[in-house]
Parts: sequence; C-alpha cells; structure tokens
Amino acid sequence: MKLTLKIWRQENAKAKGRFETYKLDNISSDCSFLEMLDILNEQLVNDQIKLPVDTISFDHDCREGICGMCSLYINGRPHGPEQGTTVCQLHMRHFKDGDTITIEPWRAGPFPVVKDLMVDRLAFDKIIQAGGFTSVSTGGVPDANAIPIRKEDADLAMDAAACIGCGACVAACKNASAMLFVAAKVSQFALLPQGQIEARERVHAMVAKMDELGFGNCSNTYACEAECPKNISVENIARMNREYFSQAITKANRNQSGGGAG
Amino acid sequence: MTKLNAKIPSGPLAEKWTHYKTDQKLVNPANKRKLDIIVVGTGLAGAAAAASFGEMGFKVKVFCIQDSPRRAHSIAAQGGINAAKNYPNDGDSVYRLFYDTIKGGDYRAREANVYRLAEVSNSIIDQCVAQGVPFAREYSGYLDNRSFGGAQVSRTFYARGQTGQQLLLGAYGALSKEIGLGHVELFHRHEMLDLVLVDGRARGIVARNVVTGELERFAAHAVVLATGGYGNVYFLSTNAMNSNASAAMRAFKRGAYFANPAYVQIHPTCIPVHGDYQSKLTLMSESLRNDGRIWVPKKKEDAERVRKGTMKPIDIPEADRDYYLERRYPAFGNLVPRDVASRAAKERCDAGFGVGNTGLAVYLDFAESIQRLGRNVIEARYGNLFQMYEKIVDENPYETPMMIYPAVHYTMGGLWVDYELQTTIPGLFAAGEANFSDHGANRLGASALMQGLADGYFVLPYTIQNYLADQISVPRFKTDTPEFDEAERKIQFEIDRLLSIKGKQSVDTFHRKLGIIMWENVGMGRNEAGLKLAIEKIQLLREEFWKDVRVVGSKTGVNQELEKALRLIDYLELGELMARDALLRNESCGGHFREEYQTEDGEALRDDQNYKYVSAWEYKPGDVPEKHIEPLNYEFIEVKTRNYKV
Amino acid sequence: MRKTVVKLSSLSKKFFMAFAGLFLISFLVVHLGINLFILPITADHELIFADAVHFMTTNPLIKVMEVVLFGGLLLHAILGIILQLQNWNARPVGYKVSQKSQVYSPFTRFMIHTGVIIFLFLIIHFMNFYFVKLGWTDPPQGVYPIAGQHDFYNMALNLFANPTYCILYIVLILGLGFHLHHAFQSAFQSLGLNHPTYTPVIKVVGTIYSVLVTLGFISIPLYFLFA
Repeated sequence: MKLTLKIWRQENAKAKGRFETYKLDNISSDCSFLEMLDILNEQLVNDQIKLPVDTISFDHDCREGICGMCSLYINGRPHGPEQGTTVCQLHMRHFKDGDTITIEPWRAGPFPVVKDLMVDRLAFDKIIQAGGFTSVSTGGVPDANAIPIRKEDADLAMDAAACIGCGACVAACKNASAMLFVAAKVSQFALLPQGQIEARERVHAMVAKMDELGFGNCSNTYACEAECPKNISVENIARMNREYFSQAITKANRNQSGGGAG
Repeated sequence: MTKLNAKIPSGPLAEKWTHYKTDQKLVNPANKRKLDIIVVGTGLAGAAAAASFGEMGFKVKVFCIQDSPRRAHSIAAQGGINAAKNYPNDGDSVYRLFYDTIKGGDYRAREANVYRLAEVSNSIIDQCVAQGVPFAREYSGYLDNRSFGGAQVSRTFYARGQTGQQLLLGAYGALSKEIGLGHVELFHRHEMLDLVLVDGRARGIVARNVVTGELERFAAHAVVLATGGYGNVYFLSTNAMNSNASAAMRAFKRGAYFANPAYVQIHPTCIPVHGDYQSKLTLMSESLRNDGRIWVPKKKEDAERVRKGTMKPIDIPEADRDYYLERRYPAFGNLVPRDVASRAAKERCDAGFGVGNTGLAVYLDFAESIQRLGRNVIEARYGNLFQMYEKIVDENPYETPMMIYPAVHYTMGGLWVDYELQTTIPGLFAAGEANFSDHGANRLGASALMQGLADGYFVLPYTIQNYLADQISVPRFKTDTPEFDEAERKIQFEIDRLLSIKGKQSVDTFHRKLGIIMWENVGMGRNEAGLKLAIEKIQLLREEFWKDVRVVGSKTGVNQELEKALRLIDYLELGELMARDALLRNESCGGHFREEYQTEDGEALRDDQNYKYVSAWEYKPGDVPEKHIEPLNYEFIEVKTRNYKV
Repeated sequence: MRKTVVKLSSLSKKFFMAFAGLFLISFLVVHLGINLFILPITADHELIFADAVHFMTTNPLIKVMEVVLFGGLLLHAILGIILQLQNWNARPVGYKVSQKSQVYSPFTRFMIHTGVIIFLFLIIHFMNFYFVKLGWTDPPQGVYPIAGQHDFYNMALNLFANPTYCILYIVLILGLGFHLHHAFQSAFQSLGLNHPTYTPVIKVVGTIYSVLVTLGFISIPLYFLFA
C-alpha cells in the first residue's frame, strides 16, 4: 500500500504545532496501524542521515487493546474507522491503497498535548482519586462469597468496568465531556453492594472533580458510545444521573471531620 | 555463597508464615510517618504494595513509566487468578494449590515461599471482591470458577477475559485512594535508571522524567522494585512495548543477585508471527484450552496443502487429524502446563506438520465445543478473545480453527529474594514478576496475578516492617550526596554517549537482531553449541551497538528513541546472562529445555542430583558475572518426575 | 466539609435544563391544541379559539402557570447558554478533520443553533401577540379589524395573510422541530431515565411528538398559503 500521512507535530506542551506530510510505500495490509507508524519512524531515523528530524512521538504500550495508552484521532475519529477497536488493534486492511490519513492528538482542554500525538490524561487519574474506589483497606474483609450478587448486576458492573480509560469518549464528544468515563466507574460501583456504602460521596466527588478539571457537559449526542473501543453504553450516564439525584435527595452529607480511626 | 540466606522460618510448612508474623518486628504508627518507601512500578504487585504501605501510614513515592498507573501490563492478563477456596467442592485445598504450583514449577521453586503464596491466595479473592472487582458469578450470585493448565480442580476466578484488568483496576483504585489522601505521591512518566546505595543499603533511585528529559533524584528508607519481567529481551513477546528490564538490571549492577535468568515461559497459545514489521505478539488466553482442542494434520501432504492454501483445515477429515496433546498426555490432554504444550507444538512444527503460511502454527479448534455447548456458550466464555483474533488475523474462529504458536510470555527468573522478598541489597525488595521466588522453572496459568497481589497486599506489608523497624531513628535523606551525584553522572554519561554515536542503525534494528539470537538459541529448545554461539553473537552485537547505533532527537523533552536505546543497553547484557545461566544448567526443567537432556520420547530430563538449586548471579564490573547457588531442600514433599500422562 | 454553593454541578444544570425542557414540551401541546382552532376544523372554531384565548389570558391559575412557564423558559435558555460556553471552552484547540456522521442524530449537534432560532421566533411571536396583550406593542394590522387586546384570532389572520410571514413562520417552526427531536429523548436521559426496554419507546415517541408538533404548527400557515 502507498499512503500519505498528515501528522500533527508539536515540540512540547507550549510550542505551536503544525501538520507535516509524510509518504509511505510498501505497507502490508496485515500491518497494524501502530506498526505502520513504527515503519515511518524507522524511515525517519534512516532518513536522518540526510535530514535532521525527530521521530514521531505517540503513546502506546500493550498493543493488545487493553491498556488504553494509545490515543490517535484518525481521519476525524478517535481510534480510527473501526468500531469497538483501539488504534493498536486497527489494521491497515481497513484503509485503501493511496489513502491520505490525517492523524491528530486527542483535543480537549484537560488533555494538554505533551508532544506530537501524546497527550496528558492525568485528569482521569484525578477523577478516580476523587472517589473511583471503595475505601477498603488491605485485610479484614469478609469471605468473597459472603455477599451474593445477582449475576445480571455483576455482568452489568463488568460491562461498565471494561472501560480502559483511553479518553476516546472525551476526544469524540463535541463538548469534550468526560461523562462516559465517569459514569462507567460510578455505574460499576452503583451496581455492586460493595459500592453502596460510599455511593453518595463517590458520585458527588467524582462529578465535582470532573467539572473542576474543565471537561464539557453532556448533551446526549452519544458520540462517546459510538466511538468507545469497549462499547461502554450511555445507559451508564443515565445511571450516574439517577445516582446523583437520588443520592442528593435521600442521603445527608457525611460529616467528614468525624471520620478517621479513634 | 554464604551470602545467600533465604531466611526461611523454622517449623512445619503450614506454620512458617504464622511463625514469621508472630516473631517479626513491627513499626508503630507514629514512626511509620517518618519512614519513606519508594515503589517502582504500578502493576499488581507495585500498586497493591504502594496502596497497602500508604494505608499503614508510611510515606510512599510510587513511579510508573506510562501516563497513568492503570496502564501497567498486569492489565493485559486475560484468563484468571488462582485461589484455594474450594468453592466448587472438587477437592481443592491450600496444600493442593501449593503442590500443583511446586510440581508445575518442575521442583525448582522454594517450598516455603510457594506454601505462603497458596496460603494467602484466598485473602486476595476476598480483598478484590471487597474492592468491587466484578468477578464472574453464577446464577446463585456466588463466584464462578474455571480450570486452567496443570490443575485437576477448578480454582480459577475470572472476570470475563479481562481478569488482569479488573484486578489491576482494583489495586489502582486502592492506590488512587491513597494518592488522593496524600499518603502516596505519584510520579508518572518516570523511568528508573539507577538505584542509589548509601552504606550498602538501598536508599533511593535516580529516575528520568520522560516528559522533560531531566534526571530526578528520590530518597527513601527502602526501595521496592515491582517492575515486571524481562521477556522483551526477545524483541517479540507478549509483553507491552514499555515493559523492560532496566530497573532490575541496574539493581543487579549495584549488587543485587539475579536468579535463574534462563527460566523463560513460552506461552503455547499466541497468535503466530505474520511479518517482519511485527512489533509484538498477542496472547490468546490459556482458558481457551478448556474448550479448544489442539491438533495438526496427521499427514505431511495435508500440512503442506494447508500451508499453500490449497486446502482448508475444516476439510481435513477427523481421522487425519493428530490431537497430539490428547495423544501424548491422556490425563491432562489439552490442559497440560504451558512448557509442555509449547514444546509439543514446536516438536510437531519442526517435524513438518505445522500449518499457517509459515508452517509455524498449530490449530486450536472449537468446532466440537460449539457443537456440544452451542455457539452462545462459547461466545459468552470467549467472545472478546475470538473478536480480538478476528481483528488481527482476519479469520472467523467460529468457522475455521484458530492458529496458534508459542511465544515468549513470562519470565520466572528475576532478582533473587529471600523469604522476606528482600534482595541481596539490604533495603531493596522485589515483588511480582520482578523477583524469582514462586514459580520455579515454569509458572502455572493464573498464578502470576496471584503472586503479584500476594506479594503486594499480604507479604511485603509484613516483611518490610521487619526491615524498617531498625530504621526508625534514621532521618529522612537528602539527595545532594556524593552517591546520588555519582549515579546521576553515570546516567548522564550514558545518555550523552548514546546521542553522540550517530551511527547508521536504528535502536529497533539492534533489538530485532538481539531478539533473533535469543529466540533461536535461548528459546524453546537450547543446546550447548547454540548457547555458546549466542553469547559470542550478543557480545559482538553489543560492540556493534556502541559503535553504530543512531539515536535521534535530543536529551531534553520526550524522546522515545532514547528511552528504547537506554533499555536496549540492559537487554544486551541480560541476554548474555540468560545464555550463560542456560549453558551452565545441564538439565531440562520447566521452561528451560536443553535438547541434550531429554528422554527417548522427548520429555524433559531433570537432574535433581546436580541441579536442584537456584542459580543466582552476581555482577562483577568488567568481568563475567559470578554464579552462586541456593540449594533447594524439599522437606515436605517428595520430588518426582512430572507426569501429565496418567 | 462542603459548603452550600450556588454553583450548580454539570449534572444539576442538565437536570434543570431537562426538567424545564419537558415542561415546555408539555406546554407546546396545549398551545398547539388551541392554535389548531384557527383552522376551520369545526363550524364554531372561531368561538372555541376565542374562548380558549380568553381562558388562557385571564384564568388566575394560568396566570400563575405563566410565571412558571417564563421562569422555565428563562432557566432553560440561560442554562443552555452557560452549558454551551463551557462546552466550547472545554476544547480550546479543535480538530482539522472531524467526522460527524457517526453520531446518533444530525439534530443533536445543533441544539444551541436551533435554540437561537427558537429565541428569534419568540421575539417576533411576543411582539405580535403577548406584548400586544400587555399593551407594549401595537397589534398586527391588516384587512381584519382587531376587536381588542385579546383578539388573537384576527391578529393571526392578519399575519398569515402575508406569504412572507408564513414562509418565515414555517422555517422557524422547523428549527423548533429539530430542537424537539433531540430534546425529547435527551431530557429523559438527563433525568437518568434510560432503560433497555423503554428507551427505544421514548425515542420513537419523541420522534412522533416532534414530527406531529411541527406538522401541526406548520399546517396553519400552509393552509393560509394555499387555501
């Protein structure tokens, strides 16, 4: 395959970026998208004998579609044209010979560009740190089978928990909203008895953190669901809304100064 | 040799850990606040340990190379996690899990460590359920189990095909909680490049901030390495692209012994290699062997035809198929341990029965299971794996058998640790895949997750206190000491040197060459001549690397080429160490198969008389590493030849 | 220790947005029901329309509801603007290539735009009717004599006598239709009401509702254009 690539290049977070055009030849259709970029980088290193250029930086790690590190906006879609697929699992057979492919980083205020196609997704970690867990310490918990959980609920919780935190939902959303990411975590715990104890604090703290970090609002366009590589459903967003309001109405604020071991 | 004291507690096997915990020293809460711990790596072991230390009240600094702790490669584990719960009432027990693990490891693991692992396995499941890990459940609402290789009971807990992900997210949640509370400080996109010793104790690290390119110094009272395995020495492996051996190797060069480097697990069910440009291999979970049957054509002509594409596998009649695992190992069939299954696949392919266009693949067939259980059941069990296979190979595994081939997956070897998971450097601990302690010469499926979490949640929180108890009067460290200066200077020199070579070959070119040397000579089948050749070739490659590598970009800011080059320095040395270890182990055991040492029907021939020991290598600057020996004494079980036939 | 703050979270804003929206949606049904009597659908349609207008403009309960209605409208508009500004802010640098085809409905991306269209329509609409009632503006003059501040029937006839007005009315109502199409199901989602069985029903009902309301309102100028 012959390809023309238009790739966003940006020295660092503060630098002004630009698109650069690269030509590639002899790409096998069995090659993965990231392997295609590897080949381009290899070519750039070899070319460098003549031309002083840097290789293209992009995030990637497991290349099995589970770590959530890869994050490329390809021809106007996060993770490229295939549904339910991360970039690392995208193969060149989904492109045509002679195609021009535009590759951009995720674009969102809370995801600043680190370099080229790499962005900083620390904002997601901060949202989890605000409440995306059960406050259980190591040890001193009951037997795993002490609390039976309806299979349907466990399955739904697993559906939500399958989120890989890649940020495609934010990248796809016209509002750069993180609602699907937050909702997936809130839902996972809302569906399990272990998550009930801190349900109110969790949903309120996570939503507050999400707002504070500058993510957009949800306008129910569902582009997030359409682009999610793990097919996380927007039903989770509704569940989060439900959780948020019912928790706001039914439960009193926890007096946080009263916590801690005596 | 005198240095290798495993510090195994006295008493009967089942009481050793209890004895240890009763007698160990503790640190009181007020003093914990004064003690700093560095944890490098945020996989299952690292995240679990850092979270637990934070909960206990220590001040923790945790490091990961990725943009978030949740990306660590534990996340990619698919199949499950073992525990001796015996929920299915099929005769499991702590002892049986211990026994299976020792046997699976081909009697090359330390009894006491393995027993402790089996003992704490149940607590792990309890802990994870309390964290909200959505394990698979039955309609009763109770936890479901499946079976894995090397076991005759169902003891594997799972969360669809994403068990590693769910367990890691549980640990990541616990870690995030502690970060949010300020007990743990996170340094993301940081790569450890040296260990700093003060008066012989591990007191800090130097890490490179991969965003700015700056070298940063961190001091602590103890350092925990949970940096995973070194499978990427082979270039192609199932490891993530960022998984590397640098932290362990740099500790090795500072005096930590490296144990059993030759023990590498080749996983039998990976998607076969399909091109030169390939960057990594993808694993298909071992759980597939529960319902899939492995076969190759019985006739060479058929094998040739399917290789050429003139015949389809589904057209080969039942009578002309060789279900070689069922034939050779009737008792365990398709569920033999990984090393056995891998070697059997290699044997068939070497004999000319391999399929796929390269001839380096065997079939994993679900036709019978689909007929027996229905497509729905198979889809519910393995849907995501089938989907992944189809994405990569572009074939539908519901209709045509999958093609699989063994690939480097896990490294049983690692930093030598004693019963407390402490290396030969006081104050330096190693956990998870980074240490060598529990899996002997071969790891059983679903045991890596168990070991990582056991080390992080239930072992280190105890043993590290025993070390720190006499450190309470040591004040916090400054990092402007000569020791830190020296370490930083050393790395700076290395970086400058790499950037100044300006040779002709890329980093990946060298890494690929190393990978081929390793796979051909230190892979599934090894022999004396090949290993000697490998050592020679690696030495030459190393020389060539330092003369002709081209590392583009600058030392400031993000430079992924430089990151790869720094890692390759360590692979080039570790590769040789692995070959040396393999060369001196004149027997076949587990993942280490020496072609000279096999039975007539091709089974591994162990030599318990001479090699029932752990080899631990000591770095000698400017010289070949020195081998030390920790003899393995089996007090409680009888050492037998592994037999999966009857 | 959380202080009670006036600042609403993103979810609360969406909640009020949806709640006010649903209220407006139900109001539109009533409004359309009365409007249709401008058309000669019964013999005494003129009388019924006049009675309805009289009831709507004088009944004390409706007076109260009027305040609620304007409150809701204002809340909906203000929140809509705030949310939109935040949304634009959340992506300071845009994409070069952006594919819009994969989203659920083309209307969903243009809520603020159709919202502005509705706002423009309301200004015209108020000047023609509501402000007349309040005595702020003059009633639309034409061939039909206006009997008083509440003679909305003849005011409407005067307006619809103008083909340009009819066409403008149709265009603006189409904007409302697009807005409603997304609004209906979106409101349920924002309120947390998503269910594997009922959501598809809500979506169908929403589509039927938006089409019927649009057709209903449009039928009146169409009648005057062609009849």
